[in-house]
Amino acid sequence: MSGTGVTSAYDRARGEDRAALVGYLPAGFPSVEGAKEAAVAMVESGCDVIEIGLPYSDPMMDGPTIQDAVHRALTGGARLADVFATVEAVAATGAPTLVMTYWNPVDRYGVERFARDLANAGGAGLITPDLTPEEAGPWLEAADAHDLDKVFLVALSSTDERIEKITSVCRGFVYAASLMGVTGARSAIDTGAPRLVERTRTIIDKSGSGLPVGLGLGVGTGAQAAEVAGFADGVIVGSAFIRRLLDAPDARSGLDGVRALTAELAEGVRAGRVR
Amino acid sequence: MTTETAPGSAVPATVPDASGHFGVFGGRFAPEALMAALDELTVAFTAAREDPEFVAELNGLLRDYAGRPSLLTEARRFSREAGGARVLLKREDLNHTGSHKINNVLGQALLARRMGKTRLIAETGAGQHGVATATAAALFGFDCTVFMGAVDTERQALNVARMRMLGAEVVPVQTGSRTLKDACNEAFRDWVASVEHTHYCVGSTMGPHPFPMMVRDLHRIIGVEAREQVLALTGRLPDAVLACVGGGSNAIGAFHAFIPDESVRLIGFEAAGDGVETGRHAATVSGGSIGVIHGMRTYLLQDDEGQTIESHSISAGLDYPGVGPEHSWLHDTGRAEYRPVTDAEAMEAFALLCRTEGIIPAIESAHALAGALKVGRELGPDATLVVCLSGRGDKDMHTAAGYFGLMPEENDQ
Repeated sequence: MSGTGVTSAYDRARGEDRAALVGYLPAGFPSVEGAKEAAVAMVESGCDVIEIGLPYSDPMMDGPTIQDAVHRALTGGARLADVFATVEAVAATGAPTLVMTYWNPVDRYGVERFARDLANAGGAGLITPDLTPEEAGPWLEAADAHDLDKVFLVALSSTDERIEKITSVCRGFVYAASLMGVTGARSAIDTGAPRLVERTRTIIDKSGSGLPVGLGLGVGTGAQAAEVAGFADGVIVGSAFIRRLLDAPDARSGLDGVRALTAELAEGVRAGRVR
Repeated sequence: MTTETAPGSAVPATVPDASGHFGVFGGRFAPEALMAALDELTVAFTAAREDPEFVAELNGLLRDYAGRPSLLTEARRFSREAGGARVLLKREDLNHTGSHKINNVLGQALLARRMGKTRLIAETGAGQHGVATATAAALFGFDCTVFMGAVDTERQALNVARMRMLGAEVVPVQTGSRTLKDACNEAFRDWVASVEHTHYCVGSTMGPHPFPMMVRDLHRIIGVEAREQVLALTGRLPDAVLACVGGGSNAIGAFHAFIPDESVRLIGFEAAGDGVETGRHAATVSGGSIGVIHGMRTYLLQDDEGQTIESHSISAGLDYPGVGPEHSWLHDTGRAEYRPVTDAEAMEAFALLCRTEGIIPAIESAHALAGALKVGRELGPDATLVVCLSGRGDKDMHTAAGYFGLMPEENDQ
C-alpha cells in the first residue's frame, strides 16, 4: 500500500491536476442521522476527504457558526458513540474520514482506547487543533500502533523551525491555517496564505516525505476554492457547509444546499489549476 | 530561583520545568497560531524578571501606585469566633482597585509595553481583574477590551461601570454558561486574531505556559510580604496560610514564599456552591478530575466524555470549572490542602467579618474567612493563621443585599 487513505485521495486529485476537496461537519448536527446524511451527500457530490468534528463544550478556536452547530449537537445529546457511528457511516462510502477534535475528550476517553475505537470504526486519523507535537507523545504512539493519520496545524505565525517539527510528525496531510483567527467563512483569502503554503512545502520537499498541504479557515465559495487550489494541495471547507444547514427551512433543502455547495467547491478546486 | 525540595515530596520546588510542566500538570495545549506569541512572552518575561530596570519600575509602581506593601491586620474580634486562634489578614483589599489583581496586571502591562503591544485584553469573572486591567490600560495608554460572561455583567454591574469609566470596552459573553470559562474562550478567540499588537493579560495562574508561572511570580509578593510581617509581629512562622481558590492567583501568591517552610500548612478553599455532593459547585480539586482546559492540564469539572461541567458559586470570581496547574501539583504532592466552602458558609463569614472587624470582604475572600473559622476551631487558641483577604466587597453589595434581604423596600415593589 502506498501511503494512507488520505494521502491516496490527495494523490488522486493531484493526478487529475486539481486540489483535493476536504469537507468538515460536526457529528450530531443537525442531528446524529442528519450529520451522517449530510456528510455522505458531501462525498457523493465531490468531497475527497471528510472531517467529522467531535462536539466539545468549549470550542475555543471556533467562530460563531461552528459554535452554534456544536452547541446544538451537544444539547441534542450527541455522544462519543455517535461520533464513531458517524465516522463508520461516512467511511463506508470509501472516502477517508478523519475526526477533528479538541484534545480533552480524547484525553478523557483514553488516548489508546480512542485510537483503537476510531480505527475499528474505519476512521483515518485525527486533526488536533489544540495539540502541538510537544504535548502529543501518547497520541503519536497510539496513532502509529493503529495505523492512523496525525494531522497537525501550521499557522502564519509559525517559524520555519516549528513548521519542520510539525511536518515531521504529520501523516496524511498538514493543515495550514490560512489566517490568524477562529473558524468561519471570510470574504477574502488572507494574503499571507500562499506564502505559508510555499514555506511549508519547501520544508516538506527537503524532507522528501511528499506530505500534502491542505489549506483551511475562511474558505467558503467556489471562487475562493479555485484561488486556494492555485497554490495548495487541498481546500478545506467547514463553516460554509454548516451555514447551508442552519439557514435551510427544512432538512431536505439543507441537504440540497450542502450538495449544491459541494458541487460549486468541486468545480472550484478544478478551475484553480486552469491557467 | 532556589532549588529546595518541596516539603512532603521528592519533587524539586523549581516548577515549572522549561516546557511549563508542574509534574504532570500545566504545559501548553494551545493552537499553533499562538505558539510564537507564547514563546515570545516566555522569553520576554524570563528576561524581564532578571532585569534590574524592569524590577525597579515594577516595584515603584507597586509602591507608589498600588499602595504596597499591603497591611497585615490582626482580626481580634473575628478571632474569637475562630476558636481563639490568632487571625492575621493580609489586606490585598487595600490595594488600588480593591484586590490583589493589580499586582499581576501592572507586571503584565509593563511587559506588554516592553514587547511593543498597544492593546490589552482580559477575561474577568467578578470584574476585579477586568477593573485592574482597565486601570493599567488607562495608566499606560493602551486600548483595552474585557470579556465578561453575561451572567457576571449582571451580578457585578458596578464593576462593569468602573471598567467603562476607565475607558475599556466590556464585551458581555453570551455563549455557554455565560460565566468566566466562556469569557476565557472569547478572550482566546480574540487573541488568536489580534496577537500581533495585543497582549492577553490573563487574570489568574491559568492558561498555557508561561501564564501560570508568570502570574504566580507577579503575585508572589503577597506571601513574601506576609512572611516578613508575620515574623516581625509574632516572632515565628504561622501555623497555616489560608486563601480562596478559583483559578488560584491570590492563593499561589500567598502560598509560594511559604512552600519551603515545612511547618506551615497551606490551605486553599474552593467554592462548594450548594455543596460538592449536590453537583452544583466550583470545587475543582475536591470534586473534579484531571484533564485539559484553556491550554493547561489540571483538575477540572468534566463529565465522563470530557465535556466541561458548568460550575456554580455565589462568587463570580470563583465560578470557574478549572484551577491553576500549580495548585493541582501542590495537591498531588501533598504540600497544600484544598477544602470546600459552601455559599452559605462563605456568606456567614462575610457577615461576621463585617460586624466584628468593620471590613467588608469580597465574597471570594469570604471563602478563605470561612476556612479560617473551621481551621481556627480545629487548631485552637495557640495557632496563628494568615488569611489572604484578596479583595474588598463593595462590588458584592448587590448580591449581599439580596442574600441577607437588606433592601425590603425593593422587594415590595
